Amino acid sequence: MAPRIVIIDYHKGNLLSVARSLSDVGAEVEITDDPGKIASAGALVLPGVGSFEDAMGFLNESGEGAALVDALSRCVPFLGICLGEHLIMESGDESESGFCEGLGGVKGTVRRLESSTLKVPHVGWDQLELTEVGRRCPLFEGVSSGAHVYFTHSYALSDDLNEDVIAARTDYTRAFPSAIWNGENLFAVQFHPEKSSTVGLRILENFVRLVPGSIA
Amino acid sequence: MLTKRVIPCMDVKNGRVVKGINFVDLRDAGDPVELAKVYDREGADEVIFLDITATSDNRATTIDLASRAAAELRIPYTVGGGFRDISGARTMIAAGADKISMCSAALRNPELITLASRALGSQAVIVAIDAKRVGNGDKWEAYVAGGRIPTGVDAIAWAEEAARRGAGEILLTSMDCDGTQDGFDIPLTRTVARAVPIPVIASGGVGKLEHFAEGIIDGEADAVLAASVFHFGTFSIRQVKEYMAGEGIPVRLDF
Repeated sequence: MAPRIVIIDYHKGNLLSVARSLSDVGAEVEITDDPGKIASAGALVLPGVGSFEDAMGFLNESGEGAALVDALSRCVPFLGICLGEHLIMESGDESESGFCEGLGGVKGTVRRLESSTLKVPHVGWDQLELTEVGRRCPLFEGVSSGAHVYFTHSYALSDDLNEDVIAARTDYTRAFPSAIWNGENLFAVQFHPEKSSTVGLRILENFVRLVPGSIA
Repeated sequence: MLTKRVIPCMDVKNGRVVKGINFVDLRDAGDPVELAKVYDREGADEVIFLDITATSDNRATTIDLASRAAAELRIPYTVGGGFRDISGARTMIAAGADKISMCSAALRNPELITLASRALGSQAVIVAIDAKRVGNGDKWEAYVAGGRIPTGVDAIAWAEEAARRGAGEILLTSMDCDGTQDGFDIPLTRTVARAVPIPVIASGGVGKLEHFAEGIIDGEADAVLAASVFHFGTFSIRQVKEYMAGEGIPVRLDF
């Protein structure tokens, strides 16, 4: 039986490349917006681009957010991608009215990248500098520090995270945390593994291997 | 470090790649998605599909192309050409395109840039400028309709306005250099790169490896685009990137 992964659809964009990349590396993928299916999933991926506040609004209203928190309390493997990484945090500052509450899976906040000289959004291929945590992190097995992955974002995790959860940093306007791992089931990345060619596929393959039903 | 990008561009007419193709190992060399997959494997940082279908009859074909590309490619891609309004741009992003590129439509109705960047985010909006030198000085005019119609609009001022309105990137094609294989229009590229706070993709004129490096170093572009030299197999993407790396330009080679 192939490892089954549920991709959470909160109606903010095309999930085809995430879904196809995961199935390319051996997963059986289901895209859903059904809170019941999310709560009972064996593994979850939360992708996304767009606004933190909009997405949180939808996740709260639809019941998908609560279902996700439920699933996380059962320690199912979870991968947040880009906005999905931000949403899993305590809060983000993307809202015009100030801080907007996140899903609270990891302690810390999200802040805008600021620079007078560098271009924001940060778009393109940039490097992952793996931390000591990252070198032990199963998501980065076979990935070298300095590997290039694809980014497109204006906001990033701030520096108020516990050092123990930071698996990689990327230096652009500031050395922001570009990958996190809670030491157990929760992984989240700022870049887009589904747009990051072979390095990205390796990372997704590593995630799939952590999912129940996987052969490895 | 954020790398400089190498972008192959495919002109697509009625869903088929035009301009010569020299890939013998392709099942269907005229299929833009099949060709883009080759470029993905070869280390292209992204690809651009430029819809040059003159009429709007085949828009469904282009939307289908965008959605097949989303399923098949593992790098970002742009769909350009043929946009008339914001809903067309939205449809393309919903089909899976990472970015859209607008040229004539944006010049006819600059407000479209503002609307698109608000609706899709600046990172998803490229404004393409086809520029032709006026007289002997450093002055260029923007053209529309695939370079057929002059607009009287100053290309540099237009680039500045596009950036102010929220464009995320400028795709700058020199009509004087396009097809010559004599290299990019360096003064034009540098002038635009210095005038706008957003990335500039240099396009038009590549014939030698040196040209790619010149576009970045002398033209101060953030990315270099080429079509024929890749389609005809004159250079592979890896060869171009290795050359650029040798010139001290940060590029992605771990693919």
